[in-house]
Amino acid sequence: MTTDQSKIRNFCIVAHIDHGKSTLADRIIEKTGLLTSREMQAQILDNMDLERERGITIKAQTVRIIYQAKDGNEYIFNLIDTPGHVDFNYEVSRSLAACDGAILVVDAAQGIEAQTLANVYLALDHDLDVFPVINKIDLPSAEPERVKNEIEDVIGIEAQDAPLISAKNGTGIEDVLEAIVEKIPAPGGSPDNPLQALIFDSVYDSYKGVIVFCRIKEGRVKKGTKIRMMATGATAEVVEVGYFGAGQFIPCDELTAGMVGYLTASIKNVKDTAVGDTVTDVDNPCAEPLPGYKKVNSMVYCGMYPADGAKYPDLRDALEKLKLNDASLNYEPETSIALGFGFRCGFLGLLHLEIIQERLEREYNLDLVTTAPGVIYRVYKTNGEMIELTNPSNLPDPSEIDYMEEPVVSAEIMVTTEFIGPIMQLCQERRGRYISTEYIEASRALLKYDLPLNEIIYDFFDALKSRSRGYASFDYELKGYEQSKLVKLDILINHDEVDALSFIVHADSAYERGRKMCEKLKDEIPRHLFEIPIQAAVGGKIIARETVKAMRKDVLAKCYGGDITRKKKLLEKQKEGKKRMRQVGNVEIPQSAFMSVLKLDDN
Amino acid sequence: MRDLSIYIHIPFCVRKCLYCDFLSGLARGGEMESYVNLLLREIKKQAIFYGDHRVISIFLGGGTPSLLPAWETGRILERVREEFLLTEDAEITIECNPGTVTAEKLENYITYGINRLSIGLQSTDDGELARIGRIHDYGSFLETYRLAREAGFRNVNIDLMAGLPGQSLASYRKTLERVVALSPEHISAYSLILEEGTPLYVNQKEYTFPDEEEEREMYELTGRCLEKAGFHRYEISNYAREGRECRHNKVYWCRGDYAGFGLGASSMVRNVRWKNPDGQADYAACVEKMEADALNRVAGITETETDRTARMKKICPKGMDFAEMLRQTGRREVQILTTQEQMEEFMFLGLRLTEGVDLQDFQRYFGKTAEEVYGEQISSFEKQGLLKREGRRLRLTPRGVDVSNVVFSAFLL
Repeated sequence: MTTDQSKIRNFCIVAHIDHGKSTLADRIIEKTGLLTSREMQAQILDNMDLERERGITIKAQTVRIIYQAKDGNEYIFNLIDTPGHVDFNYEVSRSLAACDGAILVVDAAQGIEAQTLANVYLALDHDLDVFPVINKIDLPSAEPERVKNEIEDVIGIEAQDAPLISAKNGTGIEDVLEAIVEKIPAPGGSPDNPLQALIFDSVYDSYKGVIVFCRIKEGRVKKGTKIRMMATGATAEVVEVGYFGAGQFIPCDELTAGMVGYLTASIKNVKDTAVGDTVTDVDNPCAEPLPGYKKVNSMVYCGMYPADGAKYPDLRDALEKLKLNDASLNYEPETSIALGFGFRCGFLGLLHLEIIQERLEREYNLDLVTTAPGVIYRVYKTNGEMIELTNPSNLPDPSEIDYMEEPVVSAEIMVTTEFIGPIMQLCQERRGRYISTEYIEASRALLKYDLPLNEIIYDFFDALKSRSRGYASFDYELKGYEQSKLVKLDILINHDEVDALSFIVHADSAYERGRKMCEKLKDEIPRHLFEIPIQAAVGGKIIARETVKAMRKDVLAKCYGGDITRKKKLLEKQKEGKKRMRQVGNVEIPQSAFMSVLKLDDN
Repeated sequence: MRDLSIYIHIPFCVRKCLYCDFLSGLARGGEMESYVNLLLREIKKQAIFYGDHRVISIFLGGGTPSLLPAWETGRILERVREEFLLTEDAEITIECNPGTVTAEKLENYITYGINRLSIGLQSTDDGELARIGRIHDYGSFLETYRLAREAGFRNVNIDLMAGLPGQSLASYRKTLERVVALSPEHISAYSLILEEGTPLYVNQKEYTFPDEEEEREMYELTGRCLEKAGFHRYEISNYAREGRECRHNKVYWCRGDYAGFGLGASSMVRNVRWKNPDGQADYAACVEKMEADALNRVAGITETETDRTARMKKICPKGMDFAEMLRQTGRREVQILTTQEQMEEFMFLGLRLTEGVDLQDFQRYFGKTAEEVYGEQISSFEKQGLLKREGRRLRLTPRGVDVSNVVFSAFLL
């Protein structure tokens, strides 16, 4: 294989969600002849079912393609598709670090959105050369000239000669390919320097062990090279190197500086190959690791329990398997009085949580009960000790607590000016601290707020969408921890505290949340033969109460012509309903009640 | 000989009531006659299996059976008498709706041996009747009731409903009082149930239903009012004067054998349950399959065979049992009840009766005591005051009657 470094282009595509990133990727692959369009399943790069359904990219995908350019040369393109969600910002940053340039896709009708900005800034931060393309020019509402000006004004990059394309129809794709050759620089580095390779992703394969996705910045690596991961310290001997075909791994002899590819080394656990880590040669190490490595921490925690207690070992096995492929998933066993044996699981964000939950349910056929997600609070005790609290039930006695801190994010919300009012009000309700408003053009503004993470993890995005009729977009990054007046809200059902329903809330919202919780639970809990009080309490003081009235009588149904089977089916349904309940004291609580608390704001 | 009850389904109505999700449709010309023809053929073929039974009750239900011309009803009962052995005191009921019978029709019923009339009144308030799409008003009910008495019916049931749209406690009380004043022998009182797919269900937002508290008061009022008037509640929703309990109805709860004929009819004979097809074409095919030569040849039946027991033995030769025959002829939900299912039914059906279940019978049928199988449920409900044991009987307490479904579902194993 010839490795003329000057003929390599390593790039990614950045865009706001739905602006057509994956469709453009598909067209590029198709145009370069790697696959015929008939062979292509729509959007090859998003290859998890879930990704296709949600229209987002969860795991980075990479593909190597050959392009015969108009200048007569053959170029190797490595297209690194990055995750497209704020939960995966760190992964995005590592993928960007593996590139030399980026294509910015902007929707010709919608123009710049919050994620567009966030992603472009991220790309520029990594010194990538960014060139824009205007997509969806086939839409009747397309305004390519306005969008070009917007890109120049807001982002400050040249946009007048941006290719005007329709990725959907395949219009203008040639222009994009030529622009890649022209505008994205060839990779630097020298094959003769000591090995220095950036890990930007890894997947677990049951035959090959961990497959490490890397960008060779300096030096070379081949079968037999003894490598060391500089941050984790893990060492291994390379078994295979290669590059990425469409949906397959193609082995080659050697990867050298400037190339993007994979290596395997019989590594058993993705923990050893952390994203962002630097791979070097044990025998000829580089002086310094590449910058930017961070240990990824879970931001959101929740309890996950099998609906059927007997499935606990199955849940454990499933989590173990998912963890092989997902270093950012954390879990440890926990026990709840209400829900039995389960796990406290840590995630990068709510989307990550939902993805794991769905994968457990779909791929592992598990029926789960999930408790309300929470963030990690720092509890400073009077004895000087600090604990990181992931499960509200573990909150120490208030007398032992000096003060508590909660995580806060810097949020950027892009919104058309008519909705500034409602969005600001939303941010106020969520305890946001106003930072600034920047007008991007006459009709659009970028609002900056600091928001407590626990106020945005469940339903902030939905609220944002509904209050802006879908026009607001949102991005955030963790800013740090701040002291806050937090309390634990407990729920008592028939005077028994239900541990799985406790959560941490700001003191000022405790009453409101408690009231809503009680109302919601009142609807969720079926009538029993006795009256059931549902109470919300803070520090033993009852702040809200609802009552599930006792069942006084059945409805007397007629039994027509001796149709007993119909009658029995009704009774069976009643009995079946009971099975899906959790017994707390002598009250049966449906599993859905534990999750209903997630939807307190759907008014 | 075993006792048998017969249910005959007549799926015709003048028009469908807005709450009804039972198997019935509008009557069209000629359809009734061809339906009765099918029924007669089914009865004839089915009868072969009941050589060792005697019939203690017949119930013509619907739909609106009284919509049939009298001679069609006559043909049906004649066929039953030809094919089955009826006891002398067999209870023969027909359901009728006000306005669908004349003096002549009722007299004919008496001639055919029908000795019990069940009239669907539901309410005596014309506004309430109109809102649920009944075809009659209170006046036409009174006329029908008078005609029935004049024709000589000494055993009459009136169906009532609580929880109707626009119904108040006062109007319901009035209905009860008026009905009691007429002094029928039997009263069935149900709650209106919004069944999915019915017009009342679909448009429920357009109606005002009594709230839960009102409905509960109606329910309590029913018991108080009817018991004061000398009716006793012998089953969850049925009240009767002494000796006038509906025998046919009790067969369902005591798990006696009953054979259902006609579209969608349910049957249970010797612990096999099944239902007839509920589409006209499927039902016709089912009857034809029963008549098919092949089936008869397998059984070795000839028309000259007169000994019913011998015919029964022949039609179920080795390798072809009763349930299999039912399946082959297109019956739905053919189910040979397991011992466990029989136990469940014994409890949740038997407990509907005020007298409850006989625990010694349980042991006799199943070779285990009820305590061995249901000890936990029984003692828990006894503690909660929902069940009470008196000698060899176990029955629901008044409070248990109110929440009977909770108790019944616990008896499903």
